[in-house]
Amino acid sequence: MSDITSLTLTQTLKALEDKEFSEQDLNRAYLERIKSFNPKLNAFLEVIETKLGIPAAIKDVISTKGIPTTAGSKVLEGYIPPYNATVINRLLENSVSIIGKTNCDEFAMGGSGENSAYGPTKNPWDITKVPGGSSSGSATAVAADLCVFALGSDTGGSIRQPASLTGIVGLKPSYGRVSRYGLIAMASSLDQIGPLTKSVEDAALVLEWISGSDGMDSNCRAEKWEMRGMGEIRGIKVGIPKEYFGKGLDPKVKKVIEDAIKKLEELGAEIVEVSLPHSPYALPAYYIINPSEISANMARFDGIRYGSARQNFGQEVKRRIMLGTFALSTGYYDEYYAKAAKVRTLVKQDFEKAYEKVDVIVGPVSPTTAWNLGEKVDDPLKMYLADIYTISANLAGIPGLSVPCGFSEGLPVGLQILGKHFDEETVLRVGYAYEQATNWRKEKPKL
Amino acid sequence: MKLTKDQVRHVAKLANLPLTSEEEEKYSEQLSKILEYIEQLNKVDTTGVEPTFNVSGQENVMRKDEAESSLSQEEVLQNAPKKEKGLPAGQAGFFVTKGVFDK
Repeated sequence: MSDITSLTLTQTLKALEDKEFSEQDLNRAYLERIKSFNPKLNAFLEVIETKLGIPAAIKDVISTKGIPTTAGSKVLEGYIPPYNATVINRLLENSVSIIGKTNCDEFAMGGSGENSAYGPTKNPWDITKVPGGSSSGSATAVAADLCVFALGSDTGGSIRQPASLTGIVGLKPSYGRVSRYGLIAMASSLDQIGPLTKSVEDAALVLEWISGSDGMDSNCRAEKWEMRGMGEIRGIKVGIPKEYFGKGLDPKVKKVIEDAIKKLEELGAEIVEVSLPHSPYALPAYYIINPSEISANMARFDGIRYGSARQNFGQEVKRRIMLGTFALSTGYYDEYYAKAAKVRTLVKQDFEKAYEKVDVIVGPVSPTTAWNLGEKVDDPLKMYLADIYTISANLAGIPGLSVPCGFSEGLPVGLQILGKHFDEETVLRVGYAYEQATNWRKEKPKL
Repeated sequence: MKLTKDQVRHVAKLANLPLTSEEEEKYSEQLSKILEYIEQLNKVDTTGVEPTFNVSGQENVMRKDEAESSLSQEEVLQNAPKKEKGLPAGQAGFFVTKGVFDK
């Protein structure tokens, strides 16, 4: 069977149940594809010769017992976690096997995949382009059919943005939906683990598997999340924030997003203009809060208990440790960190006000399609601006989904659907209705 | 705000982050540019606004006060770059750090 690897997770489970092929066939097919295409794409840092189970790819910031976990850093070269992250145990309980660990920006800091100490991952739609980041390898692995689905982490857009740039589905759950136990922490008030998948239905299923508390992450809600049904979206109110369609948005991407919004209207959704007036300040607030939390979290890398010396951190990691340490230092705390935390309140309140009028908010994930490898590596500020539409959701703690919604000059564009805190259900319903009404996800890159 | 090379050196010391002089130069320039961008936050009126540090909506999450199994000493030490065998022989041992009172 040549097309086993093009099936979604839901289709794969059905086919296994119907005995169309065996788990051995499934694993063999994916391993063969990895062997053929990974050298060109550099999506995997570690491949495991699985024989049974549903082969999933795991971002290398998630601890896997007995399997090297580097976080894309030289500092953790050769590090082998003595325990599994909770999400890994949850997947294993659901007959998932770990087929490999995926490349990422070092400690998940970056938006292009190029900050990995192990070389950049390539975009399967055009290998001269970045796949986005920081879950670069996970996105490429799903887009190139090198795994059934993948896990990533999203602190400022690191699931949604690479999903958008590689034409797959990516879900950042609400803050507090999934336990981060065993996730190598970047910015703890923003980090969430979530799925990168071939369909919206798959994203819902993986979230069902990984959600709920384990008693190890005190920010995680106790109950397990369940999708009650996809259904139609007639009468759902879709907010369009005018701030997401201004200067900086590529006009060709804008056209694709506007067509997607028209499609939602055709499906019976009511389109309502909303305003998120503090949007322009989300990015500068994020680049204080995120590095501040990073400077604290990265202090654990002392080269004594695990890992090598701190000079082995890459440039972006050092830059953020420096920025955060400065923002928290005596004399500057009020001016920078405290100010950013207040602006965060205003960003959150913008969403709360908008959600009094609408059920979801829709717009672009990324202002452009995938850019050239190397294009932004020397200009950190330019790189940060690529996250402009995604970081607000992390500051506010709300869920966000990227769904394929078309192409601009042969490169994928993703539609972002943001929801109320803990309302993944409506976000996924809108995403599913859109996906079923279009054929974008059936487009595959030619490798 | 312009970050001088001296300030960069001071921050690097606070962060226990060894930098080369080339890096000090580069970060002085890059961090100044980033801070300049961030300073647009001053345009936002935040009078009377409470800061947000956590968005989980959770409060006072407790777990039962029960002892649970933890990692073994071998597991904890398995990734240490430097370790010593414990005494008596056969015990798992300990981490080795730089001496504080050497010399």
